[in-house]
Formats: sequence, C-alpha cells, structure tokens
Amino acid sequence: MKTSGMKNKDNDKTAAANAGFGPALTEVASSPHLVESGRTTRRMMIDVLLALVPVAGAAVYFFRWPAVRQMAICLAACLAAEALFALMRRHRPPLADGSAAVTALILALSLPVTAPWYTAVIGSVAAIGVGKALFGGLGMNLFNPAMVGRAFVMISFAGALGAAGYQDPGSSIDVMTQATPLTAFQQSGVSAGLADLFLGRTNGSLGETSALACLIGGLFLCIRRSAAWRIPAAMLAAAGIIALLDTGLGVEGWTAAHHLFSGAMLFGAFFIATDPVSSPLTPLGQIIYGAGIGALVMVIRLFSGYPEGVMFAVLLMNALTPLINRWTIPTPFGGQ
Amino acid sequence: MSTPSAAQRFVRGILPENPVYRQMLGLCATLAVTNNLKSAVTMGAAVLFVLVCANLMVSLIRHWLTPHLRIVIFTLTIATFVTVADRLLAAFLYPMSKALGPYIPLIIVNCIIICRCEVCAAKQGPLTAVADALGQSLGFALALVSLAAVREILGTGMWFGFRVLPAAWPDWVIMVLPPGAFLTFGLLLGLANWISARRGGKEEA
Repeated sequence: MKTSGMKNKDNDKTAAANAGFGPALTEVASSPHLVESGRTTRRMMIDVLLALVPVAGAAVYFFRWPAVRQMAICLAACLAAEALFALMRRHRPPLADGSAAVTALILALSLPVTAPWYTAVIGSVAAIGVGKALFGGLGMNLFNPAMVGRAFVMISFAGALGAAGYQDPGSSIDVMTQATPLTAFQQSGVSAGLADLFLGRTNGSLGETSALACLIGGLFLCIRRSAAWRIPAAMLAAAGIIALLDTGLGVEGWTAAHHLFSGAMLFGAFFIATDPVSSPLTPLGQIIYGAGIGALVMVIRLFSGYPEGVMFAVLLMNALTPLINRWTIPTPFGGQ
Repeated sequence: MSTPSAAQRFVRGILPENPVYRQMLGLCATLAVTNNLKSAVTMGAAVLFVLVCANLMVSLIRHWLTPHLRIVIFTLTIATFVTVADRLLAAFLYPMSKALGPYIPLIIVNCIIICRCEVCAAKQGPLTAVADALGQSLGFALALVSLAAVREILGTGMWFGFRVLPAAWPDWVIMVLPPGAFLTFGLLLGLANWISARRGGKEEA
C-alpha cells in the first residue's frame, strides 16, 4: 500500500517534470546504467606504450643504437601516415589517441634490426593506410594494422626481412652475427640456451628476443585489463601443448619451453594478438581465438618453410574474428 | 530510350562505361595478367581482336538469332575467334603465349564480350557493333595498362622490361604477386570513383 502510494507520487512528480513544472527528483535514466570508467582509447594505448617500455628497453640494450633508429623511423612514418590519411578524409588527425604510436612501436619491434630504412617506412604506410585507413580508421579495421604492414614488407622484401636478413656477419653487435634461434634450430638443429632465450641474448626481431621483458610488459597489460588475459593464456597453452606433443621431453635439447620463449611467441601473445579491435569480444571467443593463434604458430613452425609464424597466425585468426564473435554470443541473463 | 549511335557507343566504352572500372567485368583476367605491361598489352590486343570479330559476326547474323539459342551462338562465335587468337599468339609470340597460359583461352568466358554481343551487337548494325567493340576493348586495354604500369614499376622498377627506376630500387615483390593485383585494383578503382564523384557524377547512368 505504502509502495503504491509512493509510486503514484513519483509518477505525479515525473509527470510534473515532463510538463515543465519543476525538476524531477526521481527521474530514472534509461539503461544501460554506465558509470564513466575512464577506459578510453587513449588510456588503453598509453598502457600499451608503458608495457612496451621494458620490451623497447631490452631491444635498445641488446641491439644498441640501430634499435633506437628503427623505432624512430617507424614512429615518424606512422604518425605522418596517420595525419596524411586523416587529412585526406578532411578529419582532424587523431594522433593524440596514441593508436598510431602503438602500431608504430609494435611494427618497429617486430622487424629485424638489420631491416633497411625503407622497409620501416613502407611498412608503416601500409600498416596505417592499407591496414587501418582503408577500412575506415581505428575500430573498423579487420586486421591488426602492424601485422598488415609487416606482412606487406615481409612479402615484398623477403631477402631483407626473411630468415637470412636477420644475420649480419660484419656486425659489431655479437648477437647479430648469429642466426635467429628458430632458424638455427630449423636449419641445422642447433639449440639455443634457455637462459639466453629468456633474457634475450639472441638474434631476432627487436622486441621478441627477451622473454622476460615481454612477460613483464604483458602481465602489466593484463593486470590493467588493457589486454584480455584469455587471449595470451589460451595462445600459450595451445602452443605449449602442441610443443609438448611434438618434442616430448626435448628433441636435441629443444623443449616446449624453448618453443614458448623463442621467436615472437610471447611478444605476439601479449602485444599483437591482444589488439582490442581485431580480436573477439566474448570470453569464449577470446579463448578460441587465442588457442587458434597458438595452434597455427606451432603448425607453421613445425610444418612450413618459415621458421616463425606469429604474424601469419594472427592475420589468419583476425579474418575469423567476426565469425568467432557471431558463434559465441553469450546468452543474456534469463535468455534461452 | 533511343539507341546510342556508333560514335556514342565508341566513346562510352572508353571511360564512362569502362568495362573494368565502371562495369567491373572481366576482372579475373584483369587481376591475373597485369603484373607487367607486356602481357597487359598482349591481353588487351587479343581481347580487341576477339571482341571486334565477335561483335561484327553477331551483328551480321542478328536477324536469324532466336532468343533461346542466342547465348549458344554467342559462345560458339566467341570461341571461334578466341581459338584463332590463341593459335596466332602461339605461332608468332610463343613466349608470351606461354606466359599468359590459360588466360587467352579463358577470353571465351570473359563477360565483357558476351555482354557486348547481347547489349549492342545483337540489336544494332555492323558499324555500330564494331565501334562499340573498339570502344569497349580500348577501355579494357586502358584499365589493364593502368594496373600493369603501377604494378610493374613498383614490383620490378621496370616498364615493358626496360629499367626505368635506378638499379638500387628495392623491388616490391608483393606488387607482382596476386595480393598486389587486388591492392592496386582497389586503390585505382577508388581513385576512379573519387574522380567521377568530384566531377559531380555528370556522366552517371
């Protein structure tokens, strides 16, 4: 009785407010009842940039000055391309959201330190232009822009960016005179030391050599929830299981741990696969997506001519993301 | 609706109704043979020969065509001239014939030709039909050459096999591979649409 009285009174007040007689004290906002969470694109991108600091730091520590140069070229080219394509559409260049800077750094860190300057520039323009702007800008792209750029230059300049391109026998930096651990293992069965792989004292793309740095940055991203933890977890689990099945307790000193710590596995799991635009939204979808990438990486490593497959695995699963989203729509509370 | 004259047919085929950029026909061949200018020009010439001959022949026999048999007649006519073109290429330009592979015989199923037989040659006189064939095949050749020019110079630094860019040019291998065909075609199509939008779509429809 009392409640119904209250209700009537409330209704009267709302009606009065609607009629313009005074402020409505009990007006109820329409759903969804969102509270400003501060989870803006800019905050997420700044998180990613912070998480990349240890990775970039390790790259500079191991590869010295050329690593800085590579990141600077990619940053300048990506930001310029972002501004150019925004101006072509008569938009204000959205440089402040940080997404172009993230794409630039991930692209730079996924290239070998020996990559010629033009590959970094062309890769950056392809990443922002073909990977992002052509689809309608940030949030509309089907594929991870950095990986589109990398695939473009990787296929274009296979000589400079393929397995052989990583090695520079005349380099004054020790690790650069060696083949990458995955190439050495694939071609001559030479196994790398686990400690070297973990710390990063091996040749490889700038950001991928140090498993430790990738783990630190990646865990930070997951704790800040700027990356969906299910994707790296499922990817590493799937890759680890397949690696265990393949190597058992270790073939010629190459174990499942070697598989996880070598190549771009950790860098890809935490920084590339977790791109919020090109990965699925639903929890189950993220697990399927992550596991698919992990499995594809291992298939490419074990059965193809390429020593490493994170880039192609991510691009392939990106293509499936809309389908995965559709398959895994969760049942709403009370739904059938 | 008045039937277009020979001159109108000819002009329309080149840009306003360009078979590739406006009608989006014959894309399989367009994407497949445009990784260098030589094969693009050869393909354009072969299509020109087949289209002119087929249009002329169909136009001459248009009064005897019956509706339910016309497609078969078109196909047989086209196949005849495609065979001629294919054997001529094999006889006089053997390396090019090898390089183009199945794409010359596949002109038989190129939609542009059957489309022109149906739209123009089966309804209008021989002069208009030939003008139409010339316009459409020039439009097709123009599209092939524009694609091939972009792909060959980026992919190899050359045009018609002659070095245009300095030897230091890093070849963008992807441009001569199938992905380069799709990327270039998409970008040029976007450019064509942008130009026609800027001109206010005066020549639409």
